[in-house]
Amino acid sequence: MFILHINPLATSLFSMLAIISLILSFVMLGSHWLKNHIYAFALESWTIACLSAAVGYFGHYPELYVIAILTALFRGSLLPYLILRLADKLHLEREFTSVLKPASSLVLGTVLVIIAFVVARKIGHGLHTADTIIVLALTCMLSLKLIGFLMMILRSEAISHILGLLVIENGIFLGSQILVPGMPLLLELVILFDLLIIVLTFGMLMRYLQMHAGTTSSRYLQKLVG
Amino acid sequence: MGALILCLWLVPALTIGLILLVGRPRVAEFLNLTAAIVSLVASLALILTTPHRRVVLADHFLLLTPLGLWIVLCVAIVYALASLYAIGYMRLLTDEARRLPGFYALLCGFALTMFVAPFMNNPGIYWIVIDLTTIVSAFLVGFEREAESAEAAWKYIIIVSAGLSLALLGIVFFYWAGTLRLGPVYAMTWGHLRSIAPASPKALLLLAFLLILVGLGTKVGLAPMHTWLPDAHSEGPAPVSAMLSGALLNTAMLGIVRFLSILTAGGLGFAGQTALVVLGALSLVISALFIVRQTGAKRLMAYSSVEHMGIAALGFGFGGILGIAGAMYHMLNHALNKSLMFFGAGNMMRAYRSKDMRMMRRVLAFYPVTGIVWLLGAVAITGAPPFGLFQSEIAILRAGMASPNVWAVAVMALLLIVIFIGFLHHFRQMYFGAAPTDDHLPQMRLSPWMTVPMWLTLIPLTVLGLWWPPFLWHFFVQAAQVTR
Repeated sequence: MFILHINPLATSLFSMLAIISLILSFVMLGSHWLKNHIYAFALESWTIACLSAAVGYFGHYPELYVIAILTALFRGSLLPYLILRLADKLHLEREFTSVLKPASSLVLGTVLVIIAFVVARKIGHGLHTADTIIVLALTCMLSLKLIGFLMMILRSEAISHILGLLVIENGIFLGSQILVPGMPLLLELVILFDLLIIVLTFGMLMRYLQMHAGTTSSRYLQKLVG
Repeated sequence: MGALILCLWLVPALTIGLILLVGRPRVAEFLNLTAAIVSLVASLALILTTPHRRVVLADHFLLLTPLGLWIVLCVAIVYALASLYAIGYMRLLTDEARRLPGFYALLCGFALTMFVAPFMNNPGIYWIVIDLTTIVSAFLVGFEREAESAEAAWKYIIIVSAGLSLALLGIVFFYWAGTLRLGPVYAMTWGHLRSIAPASPKALLLLAFLLILVGLGTKVGLAPMHTWLPDAHSEGPAPVSAMLSGALLNTAMLGIVRFLSILTAGGLGFAGQTALVVLGALSLVISALFIVRQTGAKRLMAYSSVEHMGIAALGFGFGGILGIAGAMYHMLNHALNKSLMFFGAGNMMRAYRSKDMRMMRRVLAFYPVTGIVWLLGAVAITGAPPFGLFQSEIAILRAGMASPNVWAVAVMALLLIVIFIGFLHHFRQMYFGAAPTDDHLPQMRLSPWMTVPMWLTLIPLTVLGLWWPPFLWHFFVQAAQVTR
């Protein structure tokens, strides 16, 4: 694995970027204003774009520059813009119906990070590479995943669900840049594209929901049970 | 072979273009039906001409295995039946007449994605195509533009996308395990992943498989990730429900089976099989509970899909030749039988103008022939002889006796009895209960478009129940022996 053979300065840069993304996901978890939430997501995507570029530079994977540019364009700019527009159209400003207070959800988020760390360490042991950046990358990857799920569970506004899903996907991208930088370019491009389609689909479905069900909050979507 | 695959993909693709270009509902119906019949013929020809082993084509891009071809055939059969039925059913939705070409284009596109997925030799691309099936079918589920269908479509896409993101993480982990031996860049194919499995760290392999099992399991509708399934199946138009249930679920199951075979190559077969068996048994438990107390006709069928996917999961989880043959036979029988049930439920729903089974009363008095076909279908779907599902369920039970997870056989047998009683209780009330109330008296005449597809499923289902064709048995044996 290349990551074990590059200089410590680069490794610490990667670590820093990974940790910034993790902290930004906590910003999202703690904030109930949708705008802040979307900005934090955009910033997180830009951080991941920087990470792709850094891995590309230090690991000599020139194709990662393309991924970095596309990540910044799609996930960092276009998707946040689309979601912001959707929120404006539906006149949503904040999440009113969350289950927990921000402070409690932050605590729960920390617990999830600890769980992620335990799993990552276990896998790191299996590879005989405990205490390296691999464990950190795995921890960030799994934490973003769990925090994304937590956001989807705790919140009921449809936009929050989309953002939760995007955080999950960000986690996968973050981890895969460090763990498998050589993963075929085509695949990553298609996944980026796929994500764009999904968000567009979400946008259309949300407008259906607003039109035909009169709400976009899952708290009031309770016609179908049992 | 290559030409047949091309035909299988190009015909639906061109049909979508033509339907959108012409934009007339009547033309769209028949274009779609033609595409369905052509693809059925192509998939039959493909399964007959391809040698029964792994074939890799087009520079390692395409993979043909007996199991994959079998699933393509199941998809094609359900697509043809649903296209036939849709002609009669969709004409009843007079409000949507203007949007019908869009419906047929989507239906055709939905079938196309399911024709593509089983051939993908790259697990990542397989994942992307499965994701595309979700997007296309979400619009089909929400086609009727009512509050319930919008809600169902939304739940469907959110839950399944979240689940599939777990599967993507699992695929990344599998690829990562490969980089430890093959270097940082290599072609991600099923074959490569299988070849590196024996030397990969066990914990990583198991974690990756469990993520994929939960992720694709969401798409298959295994409990407890099934929550989207009853909503999506009950709120979409009846032909779409049949496609979702009979075709889509099988396509996603293929991914689980292929990853299970990678795990088996890595020496963790028992753990993976047990995980699959546990989810299968749990699906049976959940579906039995919800079938007993169900009131919606299509929701009843949807929970029955959860049950039957659970049984297929048990078959693949038990493994062995008998388990895999049973599960494959089960896929076909379930595809036929569940189409029959959804067609019948759609007909009754329109006739009685309600989705609620409590409004559908004395079916035989109003529809003596169609009523009998639907009733026979209900007997068949609960696994009673002499229909196909009886044969496949017995095969899976026998496979379970020989497997290490014998406990699941007892669970399965017990729950099948509970489901038999619960399911047929609803039918007893619908057929022999009190007379329907005045505002739910059926007056509609069912057109042949809506009844002929029911016969077309019942007849083969009975034949397959009375006679398990030897050539099919040979095919299953070969499918079980080659890597999937």
